[in-house]
Amino acid sequence: MIQQIMEPWRWQSLLAEWPKFASAFVTTLEIAVFALALALALGVVFGLMSTSHNRLIRIIARVYVEFFQNTPLAIQVFFVFYALPYAGVALSQVTIGILCVGTYTGAYMSEAVRAGIGSIPKGQFEAAQSQGFTYIQTMMLIILPQTIKIILPPMVNQMVNLVKNTSIVTMIAGGDLMYRANAFATNGTMSYGPSYLLCGFLYFLLCFPLTTWARRYEDRLKKRDIQTAEQLEKVEEGLA
Amino acid sequence: MIKLVNVNKSFGNLHVLKDVNLEVAEGEKLVIIGPSGSGKSTTVRCMNFLEEPTSGEVYINGTQLTHKNKTEIIRNSTAMVFQQFNLYPHKTVLQNLTLAPIKLQKVPKAEAEELAYKYLDIVGLREKAGVYPSTLSGGQQQRVAIARALCSRAKIILFDEPTSALDPETVQEVLDVMIKLSQENITMVVVTHEMGFARQVADRVIFMDDGRILEEGSPEHFFENPTHDRTKAFLSKILK
Ligand SMILES: Nc1ncnc2c1ncn2[C@@H]1O[C@H](COP(=O)(O)OP(=O)(O)O)[C@@H](O)[C@H]1O
Ligand SMILES: [Mg+2]
Repeated sequence: MIQQIMEPWRWQSLLAEWPKFASAFVTTLEIAVFALALALALGVVFGLMSTSHNRLIRIIARVYVEFFQNTPLAIQVFFVFYALPYAGVALSQVTIGILCVGTYTGAYMSEAVRAGIGSIPKGQFEAAQSQGFTYIQTMMLIILPQTIKIILPPMVNQMVNLVKNTSIVTMIAGGDLMYRANAFATNGTMSYGPSYLLCGFLYFLLCFPLTTWARRYEDRLKKRDIQTAEQLEKVEEGLA
Repeated sequence: MIKLVNVNKSFGNLHVLKDVNLEVAEGEKLVIIGPSGSGKSTTVRCMNFLEEPTSGEVYINGTQLTHKNKTEIIRNSTAMVFQQFNLYPHKTVLQNLTLAPIKLQKVPKAEAEELAYKYLDIVGLREKAGVYPSTLSGGQQQRVAIARALCSRAKIILFDEPTSALDPETVQEVLDVMIKLSQENITMVVVTHEMGFARQVADRVIFMDDGRILEEGSPEHFFENPTHDRTKAFLSKILK
């Protein structure tokens, strides 16, 4: 294996195929971006629904979360790819990737949003209601902004998982990065090592900036809290 | 003008308000006293439908509050000051004051800020406009909360034990602001145990016991010759 990685010709043939890898990279990026948008939207909507006063709405949110958290993503993808065409629904692999990875991750994001909302004191809802904010305004202007600090870390975990999980469409010949790596490696050359190394590196390129940004942003929020504490000390000194 | 007609409120099996009838005239300063758990908070929270009565009617300026119209009516007619202040922690003092006017009353930003500064002057906190609430003392936060209530330009302000969560040395600064307010033509309903404040400000005091209004009268009546033994016992406890 090490020996294989060291052989220059394997890397040269890999390099010669870079346009194919590039277009596969774009496919993966496309699935990831749209799935992320879908997951965020579903996460917020179902997260809000799971804190509703209406029992039926809460149950619907619960069913969504439990269903997608407790069945394998692979089965969801296979079901849509192999079974739904019999019901007359035939979707492209990329579309299936977006829908399945998006709804799957959305379930986890909705749990993060729910926990975030649950951590906000009741008084905040009451203050907003007493001022005459509607439910949606209360959530968008007052509650959700306060939850960012709490839900950012689990959300970023989910985003990174989402990017990595897009590789599931390889199983239905999705033309994504992982699929391209497989295709190259099994295409007579048997260059598994170099192919998967490159592939992993490209996934890393997508995920690393995300986690780095999240860590920086978290630090900034923390710093703001420290500044607040320092200001508070100054005020107290001033009073003394 | 606020009117409660045969208001009953139950939480599950717990019958908290029992046929409460109460009328508060425009500009009147009403103080509500009574032992803990007697239903004082629930009574004022029924006035802005933070709690919706199980039966009975609530009228604000002649309009009956309903689940449907409450947000609209509350937005324009009432404001509330809470025991725990309930300022929005992710907004600066100025933003706390201008959020509702800008988003709900559609006041232009510059005008809303001008109004906010005017009320910050009244509560003596103009220089705190740019800081976050967590940097303020309890008394200062409550004065900001009062300024926020004033910014809605509501003619009715409900106070639920506004000084109970404060350090003793900051109680007076809040009471002073409320005394200043009482000179305006604002209807004030105040749950408090500060009998000095009641004596100075109240047009009328009601004593609640076990979900009922047991006795009502002028502050002097309560100081000099309360009728019921329950009232006497309660007053001797808080006045000692
Ligand atoms: N949301 C609620 N759920 C259940 N019980 C409540 C709720 N709010 C108040 N109560 C109960 O109603 C009674 C009256 O409460 P409250 O109006 O807060 O009294 P007070 O303000 O006079 O202390 C208390 O026994 C309290 O425990
Ligand atoms: Mg109370």
